[in-house]
Amino acid sequence: MATITRARPSPPPATTDRRPRITARPAAWVVWGVVIFFFLNLLGVVASVLVSSFGQRWFDTWLPDGYTTSWYGRAWDEFALLQVIVVTLEVSVLVVGVSLLIGVPAAYVLARRSFPGKRLIFLVFLLPILMPPITYGIPLATVLYKFGLAGNMSGVVLANLVPSVPFVILTMTPFIEQIDPRIESAARMCGAGLRTVFLRVLTPLLVPGILASAILVLVRTVGMFELTFLTAGPDSQTLVVALYYSMSASGIRAQQSVDAMAVIYTSMMLVLLVVALRYVNPTQLVAQVKEDPEH
Amino acid sequence: MSGSGPGRPLAHWQHRLAERGIDRQLWLLVPALVFVIALFLYPFFYGLTLSFQPTDGGPLSDYARFFSDSYERGTIWITLRIALPAALLNVLAAVPIAYRMRGRFRGKRLVTTLLVVPITLGTVLTAQGLLNFLGPTGWFNRILLAGNLVDEPVRLTHNYWGVFFSLVITGFPFAFLLVLSYLSGIDPTLERAAATLGADWRRRFTMITLPLLMPGLATTFCLTFVLAFSVFPSAVLVGNPAGETRVISLAAYQAAYEQYDYPYASAIAMIMGFVELVIIALVLAARSRFYTGSTGGKG
Repeated sequence: MATITRARPSPPPATTDRRPRITARPAAWVVWGVVIFFFLNLLGVVASVLVSSFGQRWFDTWLPDGYTTSWYGRAWDEFALLQVIVVTLEVSVLVVGVSLLIGVPAAYVLARRSFPGKRLIFLVFLLPILMPPITYGIPLATVLYKFGLAGNMSGVVLANLVPSVPFVILTMTPFIEQIDPRIESAARMCGAGLRTVFLRVLTPLLVPGILASAILVLVRTVGMFELTFLTAGPDSQTLVVALYYSMSASGIRAQQSVDAMAVIYTSMMLVLLVVALRYVNPTQLVAQVKEDPEH
Repeated sequence: MSGSGPGRPLAHWQHRLAERGIDRQLWLLVPALVFVIALFLYPFFYGLTLSFQPTDGGPLSDYARFFSDSYERGTIWITLRIALPAALLNVLAAVPIAYRMRGRFRGKRLVTTLLVVPITLGTVLTAQGLLNFLGPTGWFNRILLAGNLVDEPVRLTHNYWGVFFSLVITGFPFAFLLVLSYLSGIDPTLERAAATLGADWRRRFTMITLPLLMPGLATTFCLTFVLAFSVFPSAVLVGNPAGETRVISLAAYQAAYEQYDYPYASAIAMIMGFVELVIIALVLAARSRFYTGSTGGKG
């Protein structure tokens, strides 16, 4: 036991194979066991929806009686999914773009500067994340309806921006804090203005952070139920909201057609995810990772 | 952006303000501030004033109505009873797993990628999956029955546990990834230095990693708790929305969109926000006692 403990974290010699092995102590087995159990259940949750969406009839058996793809066509027509998906994408792209434009400069100021009232401002930015969406969603929807902004796309976008902008600020601040301020000082001493520092020095260094927070915001917006639910009109529903409505009215429609819609939603999310993961390492959501400076 | 061509007296006060930390760079904050005020603070205070203008009765009668009705009052306790254990479990389970996975090993990217999947599923799909998977004729119960572990199907949906599992499935990966990135942000050379000085892994963890990780853990707990506290779709879909899992957000929603009593809905929303902020404030107060500077993640 002691030898293994000592062997693991010691600074690896400069050889090619420096990866610590997975098998080590009993504690490791417990940890991996929990992870595997979690994944098995997760797999069950996802697979049962997937299987059900292809099944003809599925009652008290391990697997459905027969298989069909007709539920997809039915769900596509019944729920007007093309329009729903277009709306979802439009909303998400708008939310991501606007929240980055607003959030990144603010995150920079909050990470770098100290000024009177900074703590108060930071708290104000934190509040929308720390409050449950329903809490501010209901007053927000009331206000948006008052100004005629809810019940359509603009309402959905505005409502979804409320948690997204602070989320960008919150995820970007540690990224910016970890960039050595001397780099900026050097750039400024060489005569770069604020704009040049931002565009030529900070942005390239921040690309991983910006991508990470963009992806997080995108995923959150596509998956955001409450705010969209409260502000969407009939033709500005996103996929989750449409899915919720179809589920809560599931007595009317076949279970499998709801499952098919859920699968469409998941595959859309997975496509987003695969695209996203080409650009960002999931572990770099909050901080830059210092692993081995080899590549 | 502004303040072009500063005259002499102007330069003077600008200089004095700059000494206190106020200069043109702060303009970068303005868009975000305007946004937060217009879309968050204004609606919030609008709701707050609305909650003191009930359709009938004095200014506080909607609050009195909520607290005098045990069915309504109980929603606070119901919500906390679901959200606190779920958030705590998510964060506490994430720490050892993230600690083990912070190094490099084969398949790390696969594991972290797989863990992102549940975040993308969202509560609604998770609810649908849980209904299928954990339901009385679902695979989970079938396996238990086939293995003779139980005599009759365990009821795991349409009650407390359904909602709890849905919160774990969506919340745990989120907590895990946050903890993992906070952990990876801690310079590994710190721990190596401790190892050189003869500290075993237990001491390295408790004396170096954990203190540096605590602020991150507090933030993670807050974020997962918020996710859990505002549980709404899963409480309706996999829970028992009339009884055991009638969470406070459901009460607020019903007041607003089923009874169209916006003042009462606002009052419930305010109570909900207040309860949650009390807990968050406690956690953040504890967080401020820890070191929150650079952890040397980027060399």
